[in-house]
Parts: sequence; C-alpha cells; structure tokens
Amino acid sequence: MAKKDVIEVEGRVTEPLPNAMFRVELDSGHEVLAHISGKLRLNFIRILPGDRVRVELSPYDLTRGRITYRLRT
Amino acid sequence: MAIALKSAREIGLMRAAGLVVAEVLDLMRERVAPGITTRELDRLAYELITARGGKPSFLGYHGYPASICASVNEEIVHGIPGDRVLVEGDIISIDVGVIIDGYHGDAAITLPVGQVSDEARRLIAATEGAFRAGAAAAVAGKRLGDIGAAIDSYAAAHGFAVVREYTGHGVGRAMHEEPTVFNYGRPGTGLRLRPGMTLAIEPMLTPGSARTRVLPDGWTVVTADGALAAHYEHTVLVTEDEPVLLTAPAESVV
Repeated sequence: MAKKDVIEVEGRVTEPLPNAMFRVELDSGHEVLAHISGKLRLNFIRILPGDRVRVELSPYDLTRGRITYRLRT
Repeated sequence: MAIALKSAREIGLMRAAGLVVAEVLDLMRERVAPGITTRELDRLAYELITARGGKPSFLGYHGYPASICASVNEEIVHGIPGDRVLVEGDIISIDVGVIIDGYHGDAAITLPVGQVSDEARRLIAATEGAFRAGAAAAVAGKRLGDIGAAIDSYAAAHGFAVVREYTGHGVGRAMHEEPTVFNYGRPGTGLRLRPGMTLAIEPMLTPGSARTRVLPDGWTVVTADGALAAHYEHTVLVTEDEPVLLTAPAESVV
C-alpha cells in the first residue's frame, strides 16, 4: 500500500529569522525555510537555535516547511 | 534514522510472505476480465491469502476495509473493492499486502481489462519500466535519491508524470517503515542504501498533471484532472550486488 507523503523530516534549527521563521538544517543535508505551526504557537512552545525539530515539507517546494514538533533532546 | 536491516532469517520470512503476494497477483492476472467485480477479486485474494496461512495486511490497517486495493482508471491507489463491474477498456491497479509469521510482503500491478487503448498499454508498460529503473538503483552504496531520480527520469523520457504525494516505504515487521522512498529525487542525495534494507518501491504514473485528490470515502486517491493512472510495486531487498524482488513469482527471483 502506498504511503501518504507528508514528507516529515527532522533537522536542527540553525538561525531564527523575523516573523517566527527559522532556517533549519535537515538531517538530509538540505536547508529549508520553515515557519512555526499554529499548534506550537497556541501552546507557547519556544523554538531556539540548536533545537531538533520535526518539519513538514510540501512536495511542491522542498525548500519550505512547517515546524510541527520540537523533539526532546 | 534507524533503518532495520534484515537478517538472513528475516529475509527468508519476508520471501515467504512475498511468494504469497506473488501468487495472489498471478491469480488476479488470471481473473481480471470484463464482468468481474472488484469485490469478487478481493474475495479471491482473501481466500488465497488465508489458505496459505497468512493474513491480508491491508484489512483493518488504519480502518481499511478490504484485503486488496482495486483502483480503476483515474483512481491511482487505495481504491476500495465494491460493486464496480470491470468493463472492457478499463485498467485496474491491484495492490496486495500479506503478513505471515510477523513479516510483510507488499506488491502491486496494473492490468488491462480486455482490450485497452494504446495509450493505456504504454502507460502500464512505462510504469513497470519506471519501477525496474528504480529497483536497479536499489544497490548497496547508492542513495535513496538515486532510486527516485531513476524512476522520475524514466517516466519523463516516456512522456509520463510521476505522482509525488504518495511514496514507497521501508517494509518488514510493519507495513510502512522508514525510510520514505520518493518516486522523484536528486541523484547522490539522501540515505545511503545498505544490504538488508527492504524497500517497497512503488511508482505511480499518469499522462496528466499528477495532482491528486482523495474521494469522500476517505481512501480512494484519484488524479485531479481525471487522467488514467497506473501503479507497479515490488518489495525489493538491497544487497551488495543485484537487488532481489522478494515479491516476484518463484521462478524469477531477480
């Protein structure tokens, strides 16, 4: 059975940018521009450089993502 | 990412499950014809799988209600078997999963129903060809991106687009394991392939735009523009040399 591709990947936040955007270096080596998901904002979860996070990527633009989870390190 | 590398014993168990999958697909090849319903095909698959001591791994998976996926024409994957009667000219993609002794096999083929158009015939052949191109890249030392790139460029060379939102996957003790096997990619990027990895490589091709839509039943994925789609899949074992198709029929393991 084919797997639904939400392209969930993990990476490390390298740099904070204005407007709750972050540069994230993925485990795959790619660097993406990611924004914080609404659920993280709603629950007041802070993301800082160095955090390992889970990112959702769109198959249509692999350079943009949404940070959906901060992994416990 | 922790990819489970399978031991020789585990590979044997997966091959056992794979042989049942192959047998089911052969049965589907025989029985697909105008007049049969997708529900009857599902029933045949269910009975064969259980007769061989296995369980259909799709049944109950996240609530999926059947043993096979039966996707006709513009349906790409996850079509639910029902009262739909196959008609001359249709193409049907059948996906089967079997679990025996805790290990999975997963494979799919697209079959013509009676005589079909030249375009449909070419689509089916190109989908199998794209799979073979991808499987040929599933060798130790290469990377995941090589598989996707091979599939995508084969498809493009034959005038077809690859579906991007659905992917192949690792398979073994669970139906869907790490890693995600994309049907597109950049050569030389991604996870390094190692012997013992078991990957379900499953390209889905269409002459149209490859955008997808899910029907109200919550499962059936169709092409947004209504174009035909074909699907081809095997469970592939990565080795130091040639990849092994664990779900191929007994006489043709490579």
